[in-house]
Amino acid sequence: MTKLDAKIPEGPLKDKWTNFKNNCRLVNPANKRSIDVIVVGTGLAGGSAAASLAEMGYNVKAFCFQDSARRAHSIAAQGGINAAKNYQNDGDSTYRLFYDTVKGGDYRSREANVYRLAEVSANIIDQCVAQGVPFAREYGGLLDNRSFGGVQVQRTFYAKGQTGQQLLLGAYSALSRQVGKGKIAMYSRHEMMELVVVDGKARGIIARNLVTGEIQRHSAHAVLICSGGYGNVFYLSTNAMGSNGSAAWKIHKKGAYFANPCYNQIHPTCLPRTSEHQSKLTLMSESLRNDGRIWVPKKMEDVEAIRSGAKKPKDLPAEDRDYYLERRYPAFGNLVPRDVASRAAKERCDAGFGVNKTGEAVFLDFASAIERYGKEKALQEGEDTNNMALVRELGKEVVKAKYGNLFQMYEKITDDNPYETPMKIYPAIHYTMGGIWVDYNLMTTIPGCYALGEANFSDHGANRLGASALMQGLADGYFVIPYTIGDYLADDIRTGEIPTDTKEFDEAEKEVRDRIEKLMNNKGSKSVDSLHRRLGKIMWEYCGMARNEEGLKTAIKEIRALREEFWNDVFIPGKADGLNPELEKACRVADFMELGELMCVDALNRTESCGGHFREESQTEEGEAMRNDKDFTFVSAWEYTGDPSEAKLHKEELKYENIELKTRSYK
Amino acid sequence: MKLNLRIWRQDGPNDSGRLENYTVENVSPDESFLEMLDELNEKLVSEGKEPVAFDHDCREGICGMCSMFINGEAHGPDRAITTCQLHMRRFKDGDTITIEPWRAAAFPVIKDLVVDRTAFDRIIQAGGFVSVNTSGNTIDANALPINKADADNAFDAATCIGCGACVATCKNSSAMLFVSAKVSQLALLPQGKVERQERVLNMVEKMDEEGFGNCSNTGACEVECPKEISLDNIARMNREYLKASLSSEK
Ligand SMILES: Cc1cc2nc3c(=O)[nH]c(=O)nc-3n(C[C@H](O)[C@H](O)[C@H](O)COP(=O)(O)OP(=O)(O)OC[C@H]3O[C@@H](n4cnc5c(N)ncnc54)[C@H](O)[C@@H]3O)c2cc1C
Ligand code: SF4
Ligand code: FES
Repeated sequence: MTKLDAKIPEGPLKDKWTNFKNNCRLVNPANKRSIDVIVVGTGLAGGSAAASLAEMGYNVKAFCFQDSARRAHSIAAQGGINAAKNYQNDGDSTYRLFYDTVKGGDYRSREANVYRLAEVSANIIDQCVAQGVPFAREYGGLLDNRSFGGVQVQRTFYAKGQTGQQLLLGAYSALSRQVGKGKIAMYSRHEMMELVVVDGKARGIIARNLVTGEIQRHSAHAVLICSGGYGNVFYLSTNAMGSNGSAAWKIHKKGAYFANPCYNQIHPTCLPRTSEHQSKLTLMSESLRNDGRIWVPKKMEDVEAIRSGAKKPKDLPAEDRDYYLERRYPAFGNLVPRDVASRAAKERCDAGFGVNKTGEAVFLDFASAIERYGKEKALQEGEDTNNMALVRELGKEVVKAKYGNLFQMYEKITDDNPYETPMKIYPAIHYTMGGIWVDYNLMTTIPGCYALGEANFSDHGANRLGASALMQGLADGYFVIPYTIGDYLADDIRTGEIPTDTKEFDEAEKEVRDRIEKLMNNKGSKSVDSLHRRLGKIMWEYCGMARNEEGLKTAIKEIRALREEFWNDVFIPGKADGLNPELEKACRVADFMELGELMCVDALNRTESCGGHFREESQTEEGEAMRNDKDFTFVSAWEYTGDPSEAKLHKEELKYENIELKTRSYK
Repeated sequence: MKLNLRIWRQDGPNDSGRLENYTVENVSPDESFLEMLDELNEKLVSEGKEPVAFDHDCREGICGMCSMFINGEAHGPDRAITTCQLHMRRFKDGDTITIEPWRAAAFPVIKDLVVDRTAFDRIIQAGGFVSVNTSGNTIDANALPINKADADNAFDAATCIGCGACVATCKNSSAMLFVSAKVSQLALLPQGKVERQERVLNMVEKMDEEGFGNCSNTGACEVECPKEISLDNIARMNREYLKASLSSEK
């Protein structure tokens, strides 16, 4: 087994990044002008990287499949972004953010990377404010913070429920400025189809113009993959419809190791699925768990009565309700971390207590909060606290001020009024901690090929804390890659432009053309979506919230069969030389059919439970996740060898020199 | 429910396009409008026909990608939502629904319901930013307190999703609401004040160059804007523009 070299700089943890910056090689401004960089993706990671590199003087080509760089899925992030500013003077520090992130990740992330993330976090906020990002402010004009995700300090910066949008528009404006200056060539409605490797180095990509169908060659001295997460392998997720794993998968097949593919985050508070034609799942912000109480009925007869409509949830007396999180985790109650809350909901629904027709929903109830806030307000205003109608009215006002936009969104989708009846929620796939393996410099195992943002595996271990993905995406793009890429490109100042009329480009282009041709000429009978939906079902059933050996083996078998069926029987109408959304989907789903298998292989191999990965064989008597630090304190980095099931495992041992490994307990 | 759909089909920019009729059955009131179209498309695919091309991505009302003119209204009959947030309970059994793309000279049709909105990107490239580099070598975020009311107003303007409904709705195809939202956001914040004059001049010049029409103050854009961007922004931009024109030789 080869040892992976993470290239972590020498020295004490807190000096590593400074040491790196002091000693890394640089490219002088004149030489930067003759160096080209390709950036695939314009979300927080890609948008910020493209803008920064162009400002430094590199020639950047940026790609996204949407019609504008501004529409990457980062736009949908709601809650906020963490930064160790300690503006609230509540004891926050770089170390504390570092510690919370490593612990939250269930001790499966790399210390040096996480520390650097915490270190640059404060700067992100300065940068964004300078760009004109309108964060929420207090009356005194200073920035406001909220608390998030079970940590003990208030370090989350936000812009109402649209933090991702505002941050992305900030990055987009910086990117647009460079497009205007001619330093970035922007290719929207373009999809990267293949990586081109020349003499072992990433030297370009093959892209498809989604409007004309043209297959293009683009060369560069380095390629950055900032293509987001692969949650859509599950078909239903909180990701956008176009979010995909293809760019990551393509580089994997060309030599980039894929790390921890089985670490996926399932968010406990999403809208449940209601029918077969459902196309996606919608997130309800984690902040709701601050005031909502989660429950299901205690008695089966009540479950049935609620499902049939014979009983209303609010008529069920308190003694007939099972507030199962409060029962199981008295110390944290409804505020346990995401993975714990999700599994507990599944446990109740599997036992038959799900409260909607599909049996996959639990209540998130605001009645107590409305009453509690109402009483406080009535008291303040000198009103009669026993007048329950008034108390409830006052309480609703308070809740509306806090969560109004979320309640409205819920009502638009479900047609239920959450002020009057509890919300129905269920866990859904939300984020992928796993991704392309990168070293400290964010370089993959292919020299010159980097991975940033959700596409890499780097900072969140086996479970990501809320408000940390936005932080990581911007840290990677604004503050890390501008330094680390120079260290590599310093060797390329004399290379000159990379020609595209070489056999490597010929071959890569041919691969793409052959694949497209095969798909288009495959006069099958099944739609891409129908096959994708089936893949999603297999993944959710066997590689979702709980996994076990037998299930994972079944899943691998079923995915392989489905993949064959896909290639034999998928049908794509229309032509390849123009806009063809079915063809776009087919190319992405074809990759999911392989990636899904690797996820199961990884889940099968990791016989411990950690973070978002729960192996039923590895749990305590009370059903809590059980880590196995002795055998599994490593990153699984998979090398492609021609078949996902034959992927070769490389281990990066994780060393904890600054943090002591502990069992997470929320009892 | 059963619905009759009249959908704009156009093979490409050079095709003249036409409305075609389809029926969809067993539509559930809980489905979203786009899920109803997904079903139509699956049916078309199963019949070996080409599905209807339309833009969409987040399906949560935030990316600004979806863009349909439904029964003569941008994003359909409801207010303050995008097409992807529209649900079928808004319609009745037997209804006929006409679905067309955004129509504006500056937004040429690419195919069916998909249009080219890159003109919006070019307007932002002309000045919709603050010229600071992303190095992080800037002052501490709290060294610059900003009046909460200004910050909140700037935020409201900044929530524009760049969908183009305002242009599609306007009889002159004016992009004033979109442009003024960005101009306002940055004019309200101290960070944006340094370049406020060049910004508004450059963005307006680009807007005209791209072929968007003039604003005749009908206010239709505000009504159809899914993010309820206010007409006040247009008034603010006009003031900014006037000031800038007076003090510049441009
Ligand atoms: C609903 C929701 C809410 C969230 N809320 C929060 C939150 O409050 N706080 C937080 O920290 N995190 C949150 N997250 C997570 C966070 O938003 C994401 O992890 C992060 O934004 C990912 O950024 P990215 O730049 O890596 O990828 P993305 O923003 O997904 O961008 C991917 C880019 O790659 C492009 N692309 C992909 N494939 C190709 C290809 N083959 N060719 C060309 N281009 C391609 C796309 O066009 C796009 O531009 C949330 C996530 C979701 C889904
Ligand atoms: S102003 Fe409103 S309608 Fe116009 S692009 Fe922005 S969000 Fe869309
Ligand atoms: S699909 Fe994103 S706003 Fe409608």
